[in-house]
Amino acid sequence: MQTTTVFLVLLALCVASFTFGRRRSHALAQRAGGFDYLHSLPKHYGYLAAAWAAIPALLVLLLCVAFESSFLESQVRSMLPAAQQVLPADQWGLYYNQVLGYAEGAVGGEQLEPAQVEAAQYYNALSSTVSWTKAALVFLAAFIGCTVVILRMRPAQRARNQVESIIRWVLFGCSFLAVLTTIGIVLSVLFEALRFFRAIPLADFLFGLEWSPQMAIRADQVAASGSFGFIPLLAGTLLISAVAMLIAVPVGLMSAIYLSEYATRRFRSITKPVLEILAGVPTVVYGFFAALTVAPFVRNLGESIGLSVASESALAAGLVMGIMIIPFVMSLSDDIINAVPDSLREASLGMGATMNETIRKVLLPAALPGIVGGILLAVSRAIGETMIVVMAAGLSAKLTANPLEAVTTITVQIVTLLVGDQEFDSPKTLAAFALGLVLFFVTLLLNVVALYVVRRYREQYE
Amino acid sequence: MSKHAPYTTTQVIQASLKKRYARERRFQLYGRLAVLLGFVFLFILLADIVSKGTPAFTQHFILVTVNLDPDALDAAIGADRETLRQANYAGAIKRSLRDMFPEVSGRKAKRALYGLISVGAEYDLRDKVLANPDMVGQTTDIWLRAHAEASSYLKGQVDASLPESDRRVKDNQIAWLDELREQGRTESRFNTTFFTAGDSREPELAGIRAALHGSFFTLLVTFLLAFPVGVMAAVYLEEFAPRNRLTDLIEININNLAAVPSIVFGLLGLAVFINIFELPRSAPLVGGIVLSLMTLPTIIITSRASIQAVSPSIREAALGVGASKLQTVFHHVIPVAMPGILTGSIIGMAQALGESAPLLMIGMVAFIMDVPGGVSDPSTVLPVQIFLWADSPERGFTEKTSAAIMVLMGFLILMNALAIYLRRRFELK
Repeated sequence: MQTTTVFLVLLALCVASFTFGRRRSHALAQRAGGFDYLHSLPKHYGYLAAAWAAIPALLVLLLCVAFESSFLESQVRSMLPAAQQVLPADQWGLYYNQVLGYAEGAVGGEQLEPAQVEAAQYYNALSSTVSWTKAALVFLAAFIGCTVVILRMRPAQRARNQVESIIRWVLFGCSFLAVLTTIGIVLSVLFEALRFFRAIPLADFLFGLEWSPQMAIRADQVAASGSFGFIPLLAGTLLISAVAMLIAVPVGLMSAIYLSEYATRRFRSITKPVLEILAGVPTVVYGFFAALTVAPFVRNLGESIGLSVASESALAAGLVMGIMIIPFVMSLSDDIINAVPDSLREASLGMGATMNETIRKVLLPAALPGIVGGILLAVSRAIGETMIVVMAAGLSAKLTANPLEAVTTITVQIVTLLVGDQEFDSPKTLAAFALGLVLFFVTLLLNVVALYVVRRYREQYE
Repeated sequence: MSKHAPYTTTQVIQASLKKRYARERRFQLYGRLAVLLGFVFLFILLADIVSKGTPAFTQHFILVTVNLDPDALDAAIGADRETLRQANYAGAIKRSLRDMFPEVSGRKAKRALYGLISVGAEYDLRDKVLANPDMVGQTTDIWLRAHAEASSYLKGQVDASLPESDRRVKDNQIAWLDELREQGRTESRFNTTFFTAGDSREPELAGIRAALHGSFFTLLVTFLLAFPVGVMAAVYLEEFAPRNRLTDLIEININNLAAVPSIVFGLLGLAVFINIFELPRSAPLVGGIVLSLMTLPTIIITSRASIQAVSPSIREAALGVGASKLQTVFHHVIPVAMPGILTGSIIGMAQALGESAPLLMIGMVAFIMDVPGGVSDPSTVLPVQIFLWADSPERGFTEKTSAAIMVLMGFLILMNALAIYLRRRFELK
């Protein structure tokens, strides 16, 4: 039986348990002398029965699904001839995948060994037994859970409170998912990155000045080992982010100041949502715009004044990324500037300062920590941005500070290394996870610092 | 006023006033310029996309006098459907084109002539013949789909003054197309293929239907996972969570997840869902799970805000008449907060619809011709289709890309408009 079918049948069993539970409570109430003698409403007894049918069954299902494939693999391995049983891990993986492919009918049996065909038949027979056993175990668990609850049901039982405490645990589980996601990200990236650092020393990665992840396919090939120096990628990422910030910070900050201090309410209520459209445009659209419109424009402009500009220049990618970040900087600065108390503004204006002096000498110094926090968040956004640079920045790593040249970034390399066919054990693939680890921690650091600064700033005026 | 007399403070201030006011005006001007610059960027972006994409919604057809000669077709008059299905329609079209331009000779010139018509035209012709088998043996005028390059010339996108080697449409093709146009044998029609076909190597046959279905299934999974989980998490944090370290940890995690680069979620999906749980690659199921993890923080944060905004009197009234805490929340607080929760969820869904980076990681970059029928079929989504087309060198794909962007932005505008509408209704209450 398929896992989804098991799940659907389980759902039906839960509905049945609900009905049984409710009926049982009706019977109990009649015996005790009416519904007044029940602690909770009949439906709560029903929910309780349904919950206790679902919880043990789901646990059993989870266990079965977790161990199913490894159990099948070990069983198939033990029935094969001794020569195959001692295959090293990678060869065994290939061998076993052929068996699986044949068993599922995905590949023909022509190039398989007879032992594999036999193993596949054995696998099919065994897996159908296993899945029926799984279904039986799950339904048994549901049945036992439901029966125990119904048999132990008493009129004085605090069914509603029990159901509510179960629901509270479910609610808690949902919010704990955020923690699990973070743990999942850290573990999955860290685990693969550690495998990478086993092949490539950490120091070579962090301080290497050359990045060319082309690994040889054959061992005797020239230039068999790629080099994995991370510095050019970091430099490229920072260069593009710097160009982006040079566009986004002045434009975003000045727009925020103008909209919050000078503009009329009406102008502000129209302008702000329109500029925020820029934030809602998908990044792939910006990437297309950068690659097909801005990059050729920048190159032609550069050539017309006699500069040589690469067709995938950092300037074009950074410029478009800057446009993307403008509304982000704008709304963050807007919030921060609005949080500065009016008393400061009024005091300064009352002393005869012009609006511009008030802004530059009073508001901005007061809002500075918050604005810096907002800019840090924007930098983290720029560093992690993927599609614009994948489509508009270069692929070859170059250590340069000239924005007219093509550079590559961390995210571009992650995408290039992982898109397409890859074997999962080569350092080339694992390098992507090492880059992911760095990216995660750099952005995490920026975010934590920025959120801390912003929060401290807000508390100052509350 | 004597040169040596001391200036009074008022005089100092008055002397500097002009400068200060000028500075004030300059500063205001900078502010206006910044806002204007934002508008200009937005306008250029949208104008660029729309001007590039609009031509993709039309497709040119050429009226060809097709001679459905049984010899050319390899199918006799009155042949059964199976024979008709496998008949040589490409050959019939080629022969008809040669008949229309008898002066064309030489292999190269003939190939250029055949190149006017799309390679997909033979399938259109096959469907016509299958619908009406009596056509075999007759000579009829049939509108056939033009090749993307020919179509592009007919739309006026090709600059004929360029040297021939710089153009994909050659001089002899231009002459034939001009002749056809003068005879009224070309026609521009609305490009329905764009909405009914999957991806193709030929721009004139490529469409976004497969990608739209993929996006739909992916968003469905995302919504089914992220909405209930997000709302329940928000309810827990706002209504039940005790003030302790664990709750702080959860809150910090949610805030940080909201700022983690989306590509990192793709790495998580690749390492956990594909390599450990062995879920199918390229499937909307995995894409939806990854996107739901990504949008969860947005939904939780906005749902919390709208639960917080529910007036305490509602809670107190419910508790006062004897409802339990859970009943209060589920029967009274959530229904009142629902418009706000929905607004946040729609904005989260709009984010997920436009997202592509994490989906590249889990293999949703495949070339998908068939429309996916479920959450585990290989598929792609609209933004990834845009990414794939943007990489194609053919001119025809550039306009298809822009047109797909227009469709994507249309959906995003719809979703945001819905969110704004809900917010307005919510505010009126």
